[in-house]
Parts: sequence; C-alpha cells; structure tokens
Amino acid sequence: MTPDDQQLLSWVPRLRRYARALAGNRDDADDLVQDTLERAWAKSALWRGVADMRGWLFGIMHNLHVDGVRRPRVATQVLDDDTPEVAMAPAQGDRLAVLDLQAALDLLPLEQKEIVLLVALEDMAYADIAKTLGIPIGTVMSRLSRGRERLRALMDGRAEPVRLKVVK
Amino acid sequence: MNPINDPITEAELHAFVDGQLTPERHREIDATLAQRPEEALRVQAYRDQKRELRALFDPVLDEPLPQRVLAAARPRAPWYAQRWVAGVAIALLSGAAGWGLRGAWSTTSATGSALATARFAQRAAVAHAVYSPEQRRPVEVDAAHEDQLVTWLSKRMGAPMKPPHLQALGYALEGGRLLPGGQGPVAQFMYRDAGGRRLTLYVSNEIGDLSPAASGVRGGNPETAFRFAREGQLNVFYWVEGRFGYAISADADKPALTDVASEVYRQLAAAAPEPAR
Repeated sequence: MTPDDQQLLSWVPRLRRYARALAGNRDDADDLVQDTLERAWAKSALWRGVADMRGWLFGIMHNLHVDGVRRPRVATQVLDDDTPEVAMAPAQGDRLAVLDLQAALDLLPLEQKEIVLLVALEDMAYADIAKTLGIPIGTVMSRLSRGRERLRALMDGRAEPVRLKVVK
Repeated sequence: MNPINDPITEAELHAFVDGQLTPERHREIDATLAQRPEEALRVQAYRDQKRELRALFDPVLDEPLPQRVLAAARPRAPWYAQRWVAGVAIALLSGAAGWGLRGAWSTTSATGSALATARFAQRAAVAHAVYSPEQRRPVEVDAAHEDQLVTWLSKRMGAPMKPPHLQALGYALEGGRLLPGGQGPVAQFMYRDAGGRRLTLYVSNEIGDLSPAASGVRGGNPETAFRFAREGQLNVFYWVEGRFGYAISADADKPALTDVASEVYRQLAAAAPEPAR
C-alpha cells in the first residue's frame, strides 16, 4: 500500500461515526460510507491535489447523502435561511415530551444537523465546514446557531420556535 | 475595556464554545459571561450537547469495520480493472463468497453508487416477481416476433436491445416487454426452462449515469463489478456496464445463475461495438 491507501483507511472510523449520526442507523450509514469510499477511489487521481483529505471525504459524503435523502422523497419546498421562524403555540401543558438526544437530532433539518455534528464530532473549524459543504461561513454560523438552539429546546422539552412544522 | 458593555455576537458565543477564538478574545468573553447568566447557560447547554453527542457516537470508532466497508476502503488491485475477462472471473468468485447473505452486496468494487445499483436490482426483482407467474401474458411481444421485439425495444431504449440466446443453458426466450424504470423505460426479457421456471433479464439505461465511470471521472474502460442480491426465494445477479445496468433474476441456484450471467455477459460483450477512441 502506498501512504495514500493507508490514509483513506485511516479515515474510515471517523466517516462511519459521522455517517451513523447523520443516517441514524447502521445499515444506511455503512451504505453511505461504502459509497463515499467508492467515489473517493473513483477520483483517486485527484488525491495529490487534495490538501485537506478530511474535508474532501466529508464533502463527498455530504453530496451523496443529500442526493440519497432527496431522491426517494416527494419534492418539498426548501426554506432558506432567511425564512422567518414561526413561533408555535405551546403544546398542551406548556410542555413537549423530553426527547432523547438521538430522537432530537433526527428532528433537526439536515442542513443544521450536519453542521452541529461536524463541530461536535469532528471539531472542524468553521472555515473548513464552509469549504466542505460549499456554503458561505455566515451560513455555517447561522445554521449552527439555529441547530444548537433547536436541539437545546427539544432536549429541554420546551415549545420552541420551529419552522413550519409542529412537533408533538 | 469594560467587559459588560462589550457586545458578544452570536457567532462569537459559538466560537467560544468550540474554542475557535483567539486566546485573547476567549479570555474576554469568559470574563464577560460571569455577568451574563443567560448566555452562560446557553454556553453550558451547548457544551453539554457536544459532550453528549460524542458519548453517543464515539463508540462507533471502536467497532470492527464491516467487511464491505473494509473492502471499499482498499485500493483496487491493478488486475481488477484491466479487462472485463479478468473482471468476470474475479467478480464471480468474490460474489460467490458473499452469496446467501441477504442484502450483502459483493464486497469487490462497484461501478456506480451502491445505493443506486441496489435500488436498480430491487426494481428488477420486483419486475420479475410481477411478471414471471403470468401464465397467459408473460410478455408483450413473444419470441416468435423477435425481430419486432428487438426493433421496438431498441427504439424505445435508444440503443440496440438484442436478447441473448440461452438455449445452450436450457433457457428458451419467451419474449420481452417495456417497463417503467426510475426515470424512463427499461426492457425485460423473459426466458423459461424445460420445467417452466422463468428467468428474466432486466436492462436499464439509467443506472450508468450515476456511475463515476459514466460521468467521465475515471475515463477509459469502466470496469464491471458483479453483485448478488437475494429477495426471498429469488436470486438476482446484477452489474453495471457503461450506461447500462443488467439484472438477471430467477428462482434458480447460484451455479445455474452464474452460468447464465457469464453467458449473457459474453454475448453482450461480443455484440458491443468497440468503444470510440
């Protein structure tokens, strides 16, 4: 094996950790990892030019996941970051059920979930996240802020500002 | 500077949590937070989130790697991608190793996305399950009108669609039909053996668009990877070649299906024009 080959293998556990958090279950996560690795090999001619191997690999995974998540579903209207948040009336008893972390995470919009996870699991610098996901750093910050606040509200069982989706 | 009057932006608050500030700014905010209980509470909550997320998902790091992931992480052996002849032999072997495990795709390389090809194979299996029990109308155009069948399917699929002949293996062509695929038409050829058991060959021209080879990333001659899947009693043997995905479905055992797949592959390769250079 050349150093590059070893390098790819060395990222696999971390790709699996992120994929598990993203996909929510083991089989879908490993499908995603497998696809990511296959795509990485298909593009291995580009490796020499890749300075940030982690960002490159996670970027491939991001693209595959977005494709995979979108394809089977009914087309939905994407709400952009400028969509005002709608404060929902508090649920009965002013309390929502307290969720466990995994369940709360799955209620985050993908765009927020990805960033919360890259920061938490990978300790990725904001600028690297922007590059990995191909979005401006300001967008990274606003999604991180929304994602964390929403996760906190879900974990606390508070009625929270949600974006046109009632969680009961 | 008076820390109480020093505004902390939302972005800075997060950068503070994540240790992405300069040491100087970090100290300033640290001092300011002592007087801002609400922000301090948020900082604590976000730190807890990070810690809990790590606690939840870090165990994945220590799991043994599944075989298919391990295989995908390894470099392609040079002989693998060389020629389809070698590819067939090796892929058959590795496919056989994974045989019988429901949902366990072959652990060798895949041309295209594992998810997309798995969906394709599933559609082929469903099409087989729907049409193969038909006694009176298993096909739209029967083998007696093979010329018409070839003309029709070739026109609709936008490429020559000639059914392989499998009499030598005991399967006679019954005919074929056009079906809806994921985005456009797919062709299904139906065969039956002397005992009346059916075998279908499902051909899609959509799948290759998803593969890195077809999108020109790798260029040159795309390799072929064979995969097996099992849907109940049904065995599906499928592969991607260029733009086309092929799936052979039958309630037949592994050696029989392997022979059929090799023969189909051989006939398709023999019929295919040399790629333009």
